[in-house]
Amino acid sequence: EASGIGRDHPCGSFPTHNTLRFCEALALLPGCGQAWGLTLPTVSHYRLFPKALGRLVAALGVRELHLALTQGFWRTRYWGQPPLQAPAGAELWVWFQPTVTDVDKAWKELSNILSGIFCASLNFIDSTNTVIPTASFKPLGLANGTDHHLLRYAVLPREVVCTENLTPWKKLLPCGSKAGLAVLLKAERLFHSSYHSQAVHIRPICRDASCLAVSWELRQTLTVVFDFFSSGQGKKDWSLFKMFSRTLTDTCPLASQSKVYVDISPKNKEKELLEVSPAPTSVHEAIVQGDKKTYAVYDLLSPSLFNTSRSLNVQLKWKRPQDTEMPIPTLHAQRYVGGYGLQTGEICTLIYNTHPYRAFPVILLETVPWYLRLYVHTLTIITKGKENKPSYIHYQPAQDRRRPHLLEMLIQLPANSVTKITIQFERALLKWTEYPPDPNHGFYVGSSVLSALVPSVTAMKDMDVEQSPLFASLFPSSDGSSYFVRLYTEPLLVNLPTPDFSMPYNVICLTCTVVAVCYGSFYNLLTRTFHVEEPSRGGLAKRLANVIRKLRGVPPL
Amino acid sequence: MPCPLVTQGSPGFHGIFGRQDRAEQFFRSGHTNNWAVLVCTSRFWFNYRHVANTLSVYRSVKRLGIPDSHIVLMLADDMACNPRNPKPATVFSHKNMELNVYGDDVEVDYRSYEVTVENFLRVLTGRIPPSTPRSKRLLSDDRSNILIYMTGHGGNGFLKFQDSEEITNVELADAFEQMWQKRRYNELLFIIDTCQGASMYERFYSPNIMALASSQVGEDSLSHQPDLGIGVHLMDRYTFYVLEFLEEIHPASQTNMNDLFQVCPKSLCVSTPGHRTDLFQRAPQNVLITDFFGSVRKVEITTETLSLDRDVAGFESKFPEEELATEPLKYAEQLPVAQIIHQKPKQKDWHPPGGFILGLWALIIMVFFKTYGIKHMKHVF
Repeated sequence: EASGIGRDHPCGSFPTHNTLRFCEALALLPGCGQAWGLTLPTVSHYRLFPKALGRLVAALGVRELHLALTQGFWRTRYWGQPPLQAPAGAELWVWFQPTVTDVDKAWKELSNILSGIFCASLNFIDSTNTVIPTASFKPLGLANGTDHHLLRYAVLPREVVCTENLTPWKKLLPCGSKAGLAVLLKAERLFHSSYHSQAVHIRPICRDASCLAVSWELRQTLTVVFDFFSSGQGKKDWSLFKMFSRTLTDTCPLASQSKVYVDISPKNKEKELLEVSPAPTSVHEAIVQGDKKTYAVYDLLSPSLFNTSRSLNVQLKWKRPQDTEMPIPTLHAQRYVGGYGLQTGEICTLIYNTHPYRAFPVILLETVPWYLRLYVHTLTIITKGKENKPSYIHYQPAQDRRRPHLLEMLIQLPANSVTKITIQFERALLKWTEYPPDPNHGFYVGSSVLSALVPSVTAMKDMDVEQSPLFASLFPSSDGSSYFVRLYTEPLLVNLPTPDFSMPYNVICLTCTVVAVCYGSFYNLLTRTFHVEEPSRGGLAKRLANVIRKLRGVPPL
Repeated sequence: MPCPLVTQGSPGFHGIFGRQDRAEQFFRSGHTNNWAVLVCTSRFWFNYRHVANTLSVYRSVKRLGIPDSHIVLMLADDMACNPRNPKPATVFSHKNMELNVYGDDVEVDYRSYEVTVENFLRVLTGRIPPSTPRSKRLLSDDRSNILIYMTGHGGNGFLKFQDSEEITNVELADAFEQMWQKRRYNELLFIIDTCQGASMYERFYSPNIMALASSQVGEDSLSHQPDLGIGVHLMDRYTFYVLEFLEEIHPASQTNMNDLFQVCPKSLCVSTPGHRTDLFQRAPQNVLITDFFGSVRKVEITTETLSLDRDVAGFESKFPEEELATEPLKYAEQLPVAQIIHQKPKQKDWHPPGGFILGLWALIIMVFFKTYGIKHMKHVF
């Protein structure tokens, strides 16, 4: 019985009826990660909410839409817990309204329309990579009942993300990339990074604390990890100019909130490890992902910030050399393919629970394409040397060329343990027209999804929920003692037995040669007549005379 | 929105042209809108130059006024964000990284595996599945001038798509004929930059098509210059010189097609560029470059006035009052463990027994009755 979340409007004050709000926040976190979130509710006019998405949501009866385009993989052990992770490639999951009668048709139309808006190949989403999860991906917005037949989930791990996907994403913002925090987003710097993820989330939320009316929220997030060590800069000091090669100059006039958050949480209770300049407008403490964090906040709307100079370049300097160890996150996972050869293989997933004394459950969702035939009787889950039986399993086998495998399990992870899940598969031979133009690259298996309620280090009270910064408020939390996290494992690349595509040409050449040589000679032997010819004697003159006689048609001498 | 260019119809040009010339030039080209279909058909990193070719034509065409909504850009592979690209999100056309043709505002309509012969022919002929978004359609009409640019690897009579299939010159000619029959173009300019490119336009038979190719049958089109920093050849020669030629064109220039035919002589290009104008009704010296590469609109100025309704105050109140819920709405629980564990298993759909099972049972029953006699039947029924 989850209590009503009595959530405040994410922008921190009560709106009146029919008001629209555009807020933006930029968070700079240690370990070189940063997140970007913008939130806008709307009623039905499109001054702030982009018309393309508004019409889409209305026409197709969409209740919630989450689309993420990601390049790279979030390395949890080096960079810590991600603020919002997305799997490599394109991920789309949608909850439809209960009034939609043909959900599959609406899903297909939705993916086609989104592929046009975002210049991505989302039109490749069809029944062979769509699944209906039963336990994961519960709605993130207000929900009256969760019939999972209204949910569709698809992931395209092969999708490339580049400037042509960022351009329409930027065009959805009210000020585009001309004012506000979005001036920092230039493609050449953003794609020169270790991880780049852009996402669009649309969901219904409470309009005010009483939660009697519903508003639409469009949240666009961009998460980029700049790795300064690998790009040769050595020190861990950073500044906005170094990262984006430009600084903030002014705010978007349509924004009611525009803030930059810099994470200055002291590690191991040591203060004065780092220094931010210029001086922040305020220092804000919040509980984010179960841990108390301190942020230096730059409020771009406050007039004092742009008083001295027209540009704001936030810089961070480390006072003392700091060890590069990030705290190990409570929950992390990895996945790999085992086995050898091109016939069989094994998918192994390792899930780590590093909490010293608390156990918690985790839902694992695996979607495997149909051409890797899973053998569910070989599924084993082993924790601390003993078998671990999941409390809930949902398995839907694949149908060739129609449906992928879906495996959902609710597994209890004991404290301080490693759980190993293995399942064997056999590789199928595709028809030769089904291979992509570069089949020797391999075939991708999408990331598996882990959803868990991880126990927090610091409990979060209701008051803290209201004050949580914009980038941390996507997942509604039911009680403060744990926070919801959704992790993704690595995508897998498996080689399928690939035929030699030059074989049809080779066969034709060989067959024609064999036919020409063997049958041709045989035919000649059978049908050619032979006659004896006398050896020619005589000199040149006789030969010339024979030639002339042959020309005249007269028998030779 | 493309900038409308006020042409000779406006009063400002009175003294320059006589009235007869003015009227004649007004009817010079019968097109009212411009479209461009730009196709790069090669995959893999070493074919970087084909993507750079297509993107430089894209850039010129955008600069001269054709908007993204009227351009169908098909790139068979991603070079800008390729892991082998030392400068991500850039595609350069000149060495020493002078000109980034990828830019910041690019919209690729067909990417990666979507660039197939089937999709290309569907775009041209308009036979597209109904759910295709607008940006992927060629919505031309009978007053559209279309520029079609193709580049990749080709041979005598075919062009290779993505190393796995090819389009022949006969198919292409038939596609253009379908376009003509459906009145999908007013005039068409076809440019191809591949080896033996002239073979691709040999079979055209529809009117109003002008074609240019980078090399004759039996010749190879060569690439221009490698960049040692990136490690591949950046552009093909023919398109490099065409790009240099187009950089000097601006929306009001009067350069005509004859100048385009002179681009890249054999001394620079090594191959002999060819062209075909016999199907085209106007003479090439009367055809402006901007008829195909730019988006020049003819504007008619009217002196009528329209008065707009001043009453917009009632707009705000038109929103229907929403129904408020009676009790507070709640967010869904993200991980309702108890609910998940006790989820009822789905009712298994009942399938009738398959043929094998039925046959087996029929066999067993027949054997039984044959062995023990038919008289047992009446006890059963």
